[in-house]
Amino acid sequence: MLRSSEKFAVIFFLAGSLLVMASFMGIETSTYLMNLIGQIAAFSLLALSLDLIWGFCGILSLGHGLYFAIGGYLVAMHLVKVAFEKTGTPPDFMLFMGWEELPAYYFGIESFAYLLFIVFVVTLSVSLIFGYFSFRSRVTGVYFAIITQALVYMAMLFMFRNDTGFGGNNGMTGFSEIFGLNFRENKTATVLCGISLAVLGLSLLGCKKLVDAPLGRFMRAVKEDESRLRFLGFDTVYVKLTAWCISAILAAIAGLLYVPQVGIINPRVLSPELSIEIAVWVAIGGRGSLIGAIFGAVVVSGLKFILTGLVPELWPFILAILVVGIVIYLPNGFSDGVKVFSSNARSLVSAPHRKLQS
Amino acid sequence: MTKFDQAIYVSGLNVSFGAFSVLKNLSWLVNFGEVKGVIGPNGAGKTTLLDALTGKTEYQTGDIVVRGRHNIKDANEPAIARLGLGRKFQKPSIFSGLSVFENLEIALRSGKAILQSINQLSPHEQKKINETAILIGLSDCLGKDAGTLAHGQKQWLEIGMLIVANPAVLLLDEPVAGMNGEERTKTAALIDKLKGPEMAIVVVEHDMQFVETVCDSVTVLHDGQILVEGPMQAVKSNQQVIDVYLGRDSENA
Repeated sequence: MLRSSEKFAVIFFLAGSLLVMASFMGIETSTYLMNLIGQIAAFSLLALSLDLIWGFCGILSLGHGLYFAIGGYLVAMHLVKVAFEKTGTPPDFMLFMGWEELPAYYFGIESFAYLLFIVFVVTLSVSLIFGYFSFRSRVTGVYFAIITQALVYMAMLFMFRNDTGFGGNNGMTGFSEIFGLNFRENKTATVLCGISLAVLGLSLLGCKKLVDAPLGRFMRAVKEDESRLRFLGFDTVYVKLTAWCISAILAAIAGLLYVPQVGIINPRVLSPELSIEIAVWVAIGGRGSLIGAIFGAVVVSGLKFILTGLVPELWPFILAILVVGIVIYLPNGFSDGVKVFSSNARSLVSAPHRKLQS
Repeated sequence: MTKFDQAIYVSGLNVSFGAFSVLKNLSWLVNFGEVKGVIGPNGAGKTTLLDALTGKTEYQTGDIVVRGRHNIKDANEPAIARLGLGRKFQKPSIFSGLSVFENLEIALRSGKAILQSINQLSPHEQKKINETAILIGLSDCLGKDAGTLAHGQKQWLEIGMLIVANPAVLLLDEPVAGMNGEERTKTAALIDKLKGPEMAIVVVEHDMQFVETVCDSVTVLHDGQILVEGPMQAVKSNQQVIDVYLGRDSENA
């Protein structure tokens, strides 16, 4: 099960690269399908980021939407500014507010390299400051989860204000192009989907390397018995902080990949519901299994895409039944189910041999 | 005897929880080369003393000086552990999801600076882990998940996690609790092997026979204060000790 992480990472990366190449060779694909796969890949990366700290380090965040939104809002700022410069049409929020030009903090964000840099800097600063003070004060478990939830809620209330320059409750939309590719072209959806898959593959490989490294063993030790580690002379704050910041950056990259594909961002990405949904993906797929987290995100968001179209009013109930069922019968999610299944299969295969021997 | 022979020096220690005073003006000394037993009835303050020594519990007044020169008044748990104080808890406290080797590896790396602690293991460190595993009798189980070990083996693994980091002082809280006779003998032999001029060992235990076997001298705690101190033979025949502790024990038995 664990060794398969690398295999999946390679598959995601190759599939993504192939899609990018295919689009440049002029092969037409279904925009709807590409968008769907690309969005699910972004959600999978988000699930992976939460699994890294929850499944491997035992820190539950119910506010990972915050970091997803940082990446999402910053890329939206980039896209809005590019659209404004290319088409001359100002974004809606400027018209509402009667502004002649974009606020000063949009300076330089039309450059993609600067965007990547600023996503990194903002995410790292927020996660570092929040993480340092929480971990140093030894806030853990459900108390920590509640604080993360409060923080994401606060950010949502702030983003609902219309005078912040981030689009207020309408959010930001009206994007025209991304690295020179027009959003109306079929090619763009394919390229974005390909990049999302490739980034997911690379992140999965990176996470696998991380959890197998000595640092990963310390993360598991923190999860198992944090105070034992302290009494051995190890300051656990730094391990938790490192894992936390890496996880936050992965979540921000997921947001950065997601927003260009859906074409809009609004404060609802900061709603506590989305953040809880991330935890649901990981719980269903399997905490402490990297592939499991991705699997959970794919299954649940795939089901959501299908069922909210067919029976929208039943979806919350279906999800609730799924969560309760998993928690009761498979405490470690589907990855438990796979283990049970494969050990049953193995014992079925090996049973006749044992009989022969005796 | 210079002050550098002193592994732990406690003077005027007061620990109270609210209005309830657990340790009352306690002064106590453990020297290097010595195995010191701490006995006393439940609630006497034995575990609280270890808690104060390892930074788990704050103390109101008094001083604790480690290795003759480090006052640990404001230090936190990791800082105190890096001074060379290793503690085994009453309930075996190991990383049960990790293998025996990984448990020892983490313990070995823990005392180091954060950046050194994530390097690859040097051959010397590998050897140290293997030697420790032989010493605690777990060299055949290095690849096993620690959670699958027998209760006694878990206790030994925890002691191994302390000694792999080259401690100056070992604090063992009930090292033979829940062990059978053979396991107790093995544990006693292990403590005997660890004994040396550069090591001080403190054993908190209810098993009097075990204390008599391994300890050079014994401190009897009662009601947050030291009742008697001395070799086990003398302590056993002390009338006060029989009244508050040993006598009660035999009534129970």
